[in-house]
Amino acid sequence: MNVSGFIFQALNGLSSASGLFFVAAGLSLIFGVTRIVNIAHGSLYMLGTYVAYSLATKIGGGFGFWGGIVITACLVGLLGAAIEFVLLRRIYRAPELFQLLATFALILIINDATLWLWGPEDLLGPRAPGMRDAIEIFGRRLPTYDLFLIVIAPVVLWILHLGLARTRFGRLVRAATQDREMVGALGVNQAMLFTAVFALGSFLAGLGGALQVAREPANLAMDLTVIGDAFVVVVVGGMGSITGAYLAAVIIAEVKALCIAIGTVSMFGMSLNFSKFTLVAEFLVMAAVLIARPYGLLGRPQGAVRGVADPEDPMRPATPALKFLGVVVLGALMAMPLMAQSSPYVLILGIDVMIAVLFAASLHFIMGPGGMHSFGHAAYFGLGAYGAALLVKWLAAPMGLALLAAPITALLGALLFGWFAVRLSGVYLAMLTLAFAQIVWAAVFQWEDLTGGSNGVIGVWPPAPFSNSSVYFILVLLLTVIGVLALRRILFAPFGYAMRAGRDSPLRAEAIGIDVKRVHWLGFAIAGLVCGVAGGLFAFAKGSISPETIGVGRSIDGLVMVLLGGIQTLTGPIVGASVFAVLQDTIMRQTEYWRALLGLIILLLVMAFPAGIVGGVINLLRRWRTAS
Amino acid sequence: MTAPLLNVENLNASYGAAQILFDLSFEIGRGEVVALMGRNGAGKSTTMKAIMGLMARRGRTTFDGVDISRMRPYEIARRGLGFTPEDRRIFVDLTVMENLDIGRQPPRRFADGTAAPVWTPQRLFTLFPNLGEMPDRPGGGMSGGEQQMLTVARTLMGNPLLVLLDEPSEGVAPLIVEQMANTIVELKKEGLSILLSEQNMHFAELVSDRVYLLEKGQIRWNGTMKELAGNVEIQRNYLTV
Repeated sequence: MNVSGFIFQALNGLSSASGLFFVAAGLSLIFGVTRIVNIAHGSLYMLGTYVAYSLATKIGGGFGFWGGIVITACLVGLLGAAIEFVLLRRIYRAPELFQLLATFALILIINDATLWLWGPEDLLGPRAPGMRDAIEIFGRRLPTYDLFLIVIAPVVLWILHLGLARTRFGRLVRAATQDREMVGALGVNQAMLFTAVFALGSFLAGLGGALQVAREPANLAMDLTVIGDAFVVVVVGGMGSITGAYLAAVIIAEVKALCIAIGTVSMFGMSLNFSKFTLVAEFLVMAAVLIARPYGLLGRPQGAVRGVADPEDPMRPATPALKFLGVVVLGALMAMPLMAQSSPYVLILGIDVMIAVLFAASLHFIMGPGGMHSFGHAAYFGLGAYGAALLVKWLAAPMGLALLAAPITALLGALLFGWFAVRLSGVYLAMLTLAFAQIVWAAVFQWEDLTGGSNGVIGVWPPAPFSNSSVYFILVLLLTVIGVLALRRILFAPFGYAMRAGRDSPLRAEAIGIDVKRVHWLGFAIAGLVCGVAGGLFAFAKGSISPETIGVGRSIDGLVMVLLGGIQTLTGPIVGASVFAVLQDTIMRQTEYWRALLGLIILLLVMAFPAGIVGGVINLLRRWRTAS
Repeated sequence: MTAPLLNVENLNASYGAAQILFDLSFEIGRGEVVALMGRNGAGKSTTMKAIMGLMARRGRTTFDGVDISRMRPYEIARRGLGFTPEDRRIFVDLTVMENLDIGRQPPRRFADGTAAPVWTPQRLFTLFPNLGEMPDRPGGGMSGGEQQMLTVARTLMGNPLLVLLDEPSEGVAPLIVEQMANTIVELKKEGLSILLSEQNMHFAELVSDRVYLLEKGQIRWNGTMKELAGNVEIQRNYLTV
C-alpha cells in the first residue's frame, strides 16, 4: 500500500474518531463529577442516531437534517437529565457496582424501547443537505460530510474547553471532579450540578449519535459497540480529561485505520490479514497505555471518594441454621432427578442454574472479598468451554479429560490477564478486564480454522451414562457444591484474610508483610480456575458453543447475579445466580421484550434491595430482632 | 443575654458502628471566638463535620435561630455557616481566583437584620497579601501555609456569620501560625464568630475567649481562656501529650 492510501485511511480514521469523542467526552464529564460510570451512554448515542433519522426523514430538507441534529442532541440531553433526576439521584450513596447495575438496566430498557419504536431493521438516514458531494484526495473520493465530521470534533472540544475554563459552571465542574463533598460544604447544591452535568454529557452523546445519521445506518447493536469503544477511549485518555478523550479517540481510530490500510501482509510464508485485527488493536492500545500509565494519557489518580458507602461488615462463618438450610437445599436438589419423569425440563433448568451458581460464585470471590470488579469474567468461562470443546473436537478426548482441560485453560488465561489486572484498581481494573475478555472473544471469533469462528463448535455431547440428563445433573451438582465449598474454605483460610486485608487497606497490608499484588493475583487465578469448570460443564450441557459464550453479555450477567444476591455475603452469589437464571428463563419465554422486562426488574431490585437479596433479608431480620 | 448564634444539644455522631461523639452540648455567642481543644482523636474534627452535615449525626443544632440538624451540607453553608477543613481541600486544578469563586455567595444578614461582613477578593487580598501576589497560581502549586490562607479566604467568600476553623495551625511554618493568629483577631474585630479546633495551647490562648475541652468524644471541661491558662492541672489532664 502506498503513502496516499495511508493518508486517505488516516482521514477516514479522523472522521470516525469524532463520534467516539462525543460519547467519550460525555462519559468522562459525568464520571468526573458524579463518579458514575454510565454504561447506558452508548444507548443515548444510539437513540441520537434514531431520533435524528426520524427528524431528517419526517421533516426533511435542510432544517429536518441540520435542525434535527441540534433538536436531537437537546432531546437526548433532557432525557439524560430525567434519568439522573428519577433514577440515579436515589443511588448516589449506593456502592459503585450498584450504580453500574442500574445503568446497565437502562441499556436493556432503551434497547427494547428502540426496537418497539423503530423496529428491527437498520435505518440509513439521508445524505447531508449541502454536503452531498465528495472531494478528491489522491485519486480517492472522500465525502464532504466526513470532512465536516473531522472539523466538528476539535471545534466542540474547543468550546467545551472554553466553557470549563471561563464559566462558573465550568469551574464548579472542575472543582467537583476533584472533591464534590467540599463543593457542597461551600454552599453549592450538588444535586443541581449533577443533573446539569448529566444533561450536558447526554447532550454530547446525542449529538455524536445524531451526526452519524448520514454516515452509518442506525441499528440496535450500536449501544454496546459504542460503549465498549467509548470505555476504551476514556480509559486511554484518562477519566475526567476531555482533551485526553479526544487524543485517545484519534489514536484508536488511527490505529484501526492503519490496520485496514496495511491489509494482508505476507511474512515468512504466512499471510497475515491486519484488517482483521481492528477489534484486537484498540484493546491492545489500551492494555499498553494502562500498563505504562495506569491513569490514562492525561488522567491522574482519582481522589478517594469520601464516605459514600458504608464500610463492609466482616464476613461471618456459617451459623448452624445456615448449615442446616444448606443441607436441606442440597437434599432437595439431589431428589430432583426423581421429578424428571413428570417434567424433564426441570433438570435442564437445574443444570443451567447450577452452572450459573458456580460462575457467579467464582466472580464473587474476586469481586467481593478481593475487591476486584471484573467486567470480563466471561473470558474464563469461555476459555473453559472452548478448552473442553476443542479437545473433544480435535482429539476426540473423553469427557473426563476435557473437563480437566477446561479449568486448566481458564487458569492459564487468568494467570496471564490477572498479572496485568491486579496492578490497577477501581474502574480502570474493570475496563482492563473487559478489554481482555474482548481480546479472547475476538481471537475466538477470528481464528476460524481452530475455533470454527462464528459457527462455534458443535457436537460436544457427554457420553453414556452422562447422556442421561439425570446423571449429568448429579455430576454438575457435585462439581458445583465442591467448587462453592472450596471457595468458601479458602476465604476463611489465612489466604482469604490476606486477600480481604489487601482489599481494605493495601498499604497497611503490605506493611505487615502481605504481598498484596501476589495474593490478589493468586485470587484472580483461583477464580478463573473455578470459572473454567463452569465453562466446561456448560459446553457439555449445551452440546455446542459459539463466541456468544464469551460475549460482554455474559460478563454483565455475572455482575448482575452477584449484585442481585448481594456482594457482601457469601450466600449472595448463590441466591443471585439462581434467581437470575430462573428469571431469565421464565421471562425470555414470556415476551418479545424480555430485555426491557429484565431491566425493569433489575431497577426495582436496585431500589428495593440496595444490599442485594440476601443483604436485604439480613437487614429485615436485624430490624425485626431489634424491634422485638 | 441574647440567644447564642450556634447552639448544639446532645450531638452524637458515628462512623459505621463506631460511635465518636457522645451527647455534646455547647454554644457560641455572636462575636465570640470559642476554642474546641483536646488531644488527637478526641473528636474535634468530627464535631465540625457533624455540625456541617458531612457525616451521620443525631441531636439538635440551631444556627441563628434555625434548626439545621437535618439539613444537607450545602443548605447549612447557605445559611451562613462556613467550614475550613483541617486537610484544607483546596481545588488543586483551579487557580487562587477560581478557588475563591467556588466559595462565592451573596451578602447576608443575621436573623435580626444586621448585615454580616461582606468579602470580596480585593478585601481578602489585603487580609492575606501572599494570596494577592498569586491570583493565577493553581492551588496545587502553593505551599502549605498559602493553601491554609486560601482555605480560610475561600470560606470567607461565602460571607459567613460563623466559621468552623479546623486546626489552622497544623503543619504550617511558625511565621504563618503567627500570621494566622493575627488574622483571626482581625476577623473577630469585623464581627465574625469562630469555632476553632486546636491542640496548640499557645495559639488558642492568643485568639480565644472561651474553651471546651474534649476527651473521647465528650466535653470534660469548659470555661474562659483565662481560667484554662491559669490552670496547669487541667491542661496536663486533657491537653499535654
